[in-house]
Amino acid sequence: MTTLIENVIQNKPITTVEYTPKDFKSPLEVRWCSGCGSYSILAQVQKILAGLKIPREQYAFVSGIGCSSRFPYYMQTYGIHGIHGRAIAIATGLKVARPDLSVWVVTGDGDCMSIGGNHLIHAARRNVGLKVLMFNNEIYSLTKGQVSPTTQIGQPTKSSPFGNIDYPFNPASLALGSGATFVARTFDRDPKHMQGILERAAKHNGFAFVEIYTNCVIYNDGAFDLYTAADSRREHSVMLEHGKPLIFGANNDKGIRLDGFTPTVVSLTDGKWSVDDLLVHDEKDTTLAFILANMTYNSNLPRPFGIFQSIEKPSYEELTIRQIEEAKSKTPDTSIETLLKGEDYWEIK
Amino acid sequence: MERKIIELEDVTIRFAGDSGDGMQLTGSRFSDTSAFFGTDVSTFPDYPSEIRAPEGTLYGVSAYQIHFGSKGVYTPGDQIDVLVAMNPASLKVNLPFLRKGGILIVNTANFTEKNLKLAKYETNPLEDDTLKDYQVFKINLNELVSELLKDSGLTPKQIERTKNIFALGLAYWLFDLPLRPTEEWINHKFGKRPQIAQANLKVLRAGYEFGETNELFAIRYKVTPKKFEPGIYRNITGNEAVALGLVVAANKAKLPLFLGSYPITPASEILHFISSYKPYGVRHLQAEDEIGGITSAIGAAYGGALAATSTSGPGLSLKVEALGLAVILELPLVVIDVQRAGPSTGMPTKMEQADLFLAMFGRHGEAPLPILAASTPTDCFDMTLEAAKIAIKYMTPVILLTDGYLGQSSEEWKIPDLNTIPDIPVQFYTNPDYLPYKRDPITLARYWAIPGSPGLEHRIGGLEKEDITGIVSQDPLNHQRMVELRAEKIKRIQQDIPDAELLGDENADLLIIGWGSTYGSIKAAFDRLIEKGYKLAYVHLKYLNPFPRNLGSIIEKFDNIFVPENNLGQLAFILQGTFLKPVIRYHKIQGRIFLSSEIENKILEILNAKGGKK
Repeated sequence: MTTLIENVIQNKPITTVEYTPKDFKSPLEVRWCSGCGSYSILAQVQKILAGLKIPREQYAFVSGIGCSSRFPYYMQTYGIHGIHGRAIAIATGLKVARPDLSVWVVTGDGDCMSIGGNHLIHAARRNVGLKVLMFNNEIYSLTKGQVSPTTQIGQPTKSSPFGNIDYPFNPASLALGSGATFVARTFDRDPKHMQGILERAAKHNGFAFVEIYTNCVIYNDGAFDLYTAADSRREHSVMLEHGKPLIFGANNDKGIRLDGFTPTVVSLTDGKWSVDDLLVHDEKDTTLAFILANMTYNSNLPRPFGIFQSIEKPSYEELTIRQIEEAKSKTPDTSIETLLKGEDYWEIK
Repeated sequence: MERKIIELEDVTIRFAGDSGDGMQLTGSRFSDTSAFFGTDVSTFPDYPSEIRAPEGTLYGVSAYQIHFGSKGVYTPGDQIDVLVAMNPASLKVNLPFLRKGGILIVNTANFTEKNLKLAKYETNPLEDDTLKDYQVFKINLNELVSELLKDSGLTPKQIERTKNIFALGLAYWLFDLPLRPTEEWINHKFGKRPQIAQANLKVLRAGYEFGETNELFAIRYKVTPKKFEPGIYRNITGNEAVALGLVVAANKAKLPLFLGSYPITPASEILHFISSYKPYGVRHLQAEDEIGGITSAIGAAYGGALAATSTSGPGLSLKVEALGLAVILELPLVVIDVQRAGPSTGMPTKMEQADLFLAMFGRHGEAPLPILAASTPTDCFDMTLEAAKIAIKYMTPVILLTDGYLGQSSEEWKIPDLNTIPDIPVQFYTNPDYLPYKRDPITLARYWAIPGSPGLEHRIGGLEKEDITGIVSQDPLNHQRMVELRAEKIKRIQQDIPDAELLGDENADLLIIGWGSTYGSIKAAFDRLIEKGYKLAYVHLKYLNPFPRNLGSIIEKFDNIFVPENNLGQLAFILQGTFLKPVIRYHKIQGRIFLSSEIENKILEILNAKGGKK
């Protein structure tokens, strides 16, 4: 039986896939605070979608609650603004029902890892084909400035006036530990880097988790400056690129070398080490991904950005469809009449 | 040997033993056989929430009750006519339900000192006068099966496990029921292990022969079969009926079915059945939690699936916020609550009807939604179809209330002809003039447009939306309008639900109003009292929100309204609030359905107090 969904998909008019970013802007006025990092993310998403050659009607953006979660209203695509923490679960149902869609989740650090933490880890382990953009501003903003699961230790906030005593999650490690097949980190201030990461996430088959450092100008301004501002960034961040050695520093004068399993900073100018001694990034190396993610809160090491891991394995929705097809092929009679009868039935004439 | 044969209209038999004694299996085989033989059947599995409670304990007793016959079989039976007890604990727990003069078949093998102590018997009931009011047959089943199977090659443990099959064979003999359906079942079930199959077949026949040749049994019973309409029949539980109802609803709506669910007693079987329907194209997600169950279903509904979630009370509590989302999104969603005894974990395997308030009022803000209730196991099929139909037509979440008793009890079911079930019309909106909150003028349902339709890209969400356009709006007047529209939409469902049917006499002294699984007990009591010449009226409600259109006019005619419920009076409260008429409440909150005699006595008490007469 063809379902009505198939009718809609099969009978729809052919649409152009030549888009400009404008085609993805909804008529709704964007209402984030002036200077909010979310503006940049919205612009980069609209830009990369325009280039993907996927019909616009095939996109769905799903969100929860928080500043980030207003995102779907600003996209001229299908979308659901859900309830707090549940975006990934809503998106999972949508993707399983409609594997033909490109389903994106827009969420924040509180929405995704506190109230929604359970959905995050389980969607990651199932490898549901979702692109999860987690705007990390290390604070609850829409509720006006409370501690979030990524707020740094010691930080005073509205709900931690004497300093935060909750150790923060490292989102990349959490995603890797949960089995996410694609894990990356980028930040609001570098449009080119973000576009590159988003494009890779968009094309990933399976669960893609992208942590985006997003500056909150009101409640946590400058939280990421050390790693993202032009004057300090090159000394305190390292960009991961597949197949390339990990080099950083204002003059590209430092690198990361593995000492056993421990990453250490080495100088490239003191004559002891050369580029050949450095750690070379490999997105397919699942052990390395953990080591790199674990550099995150180590103050002796630069903060890593880029794709920690990108591996392939069948997605949940593919496995669902495959299992249905296999079960059908092994069942001689798949009529509902037969199902209704069950194994023990009798006839009265 | 010549035996007296007594003909009966209906009989209730209960198999009781330890959790590991196979009582559920024995009972379900007996029930299938009696239905196959041509009687009405109503069954009730009664088992502890522990999987394998310590052997021999009172709380580890597992039982399966079958009421079968040609007349008055609306419930699994008030009193037991025949009790099969496999150990002292099961005797202790179940003897109070055996009618005086009833038949008791006891496996004496397990009446050891240790087991008697575990069952808190100070002296052996087989030896004192505990059983003097019953016809007792003491049989050492363990000894009989060990002797029978001594050359079978089975281990002593395997041999011991066949004792329930012996009891089953004896029960078939006692009621002159055929062995063939069980023989076929054994061959099918143990087809790949012929040794086990042979042993079970041998024991089954030996049980039957035991009755035939043993002079202990002087009487045999014959239950008159019923005249059934021609058709194909099977036994079915409420949970399986719900699962099949979902599949048929999706088929009739030409939509794919998606179930998002989390395991919970006594609703898990719905998830089990649905997950076994993969060959029929059904998709499901065993979610990480109850909230993931319902929210994934909401996502699937947005994608154009017939989406459902199944749960029980504690799970419904967790789904409450998402239900509010489904109300404001105005997407179709079927929520099945197989109610169990609460609050909190309560008595997970026992039934109750105490989630009506939660279904009706358990959301923040003004969030009305339709509530349906199934009245019998087979009605679970029909009401699931109804729930899906209303959900789709009115673009709303619907809660279907069943309960642990309906979910796990079974009765015979005439399998419907698929061609006679009407289609559920669905029309996805595809014209680019789409406005998300523009409504059908008759139903007030908004139109359903699904991702993949070019030019209809739209966003819905939990924030209040502007009427028609669906743009986010905080406008005060718009909010009131939207609240009123959503409420009015639910009210208009009245135009699609059947009028309440009044049984009995419009001018009766008493109107009984029931809902859900109380149907069987009320109907049995009602029929008996009518037969005795009492003037009574009875309305059984399947639609609890909105109520049927004619309910007010029925209620208006009666001064005495009696509402028995397995809660402290939740429907009574809603009826009083809605129709401003006092009602007489009657409750039983014991994890068990009403006995029909309890209802009957209460009615008589009310009639006597009111000076009513025959």
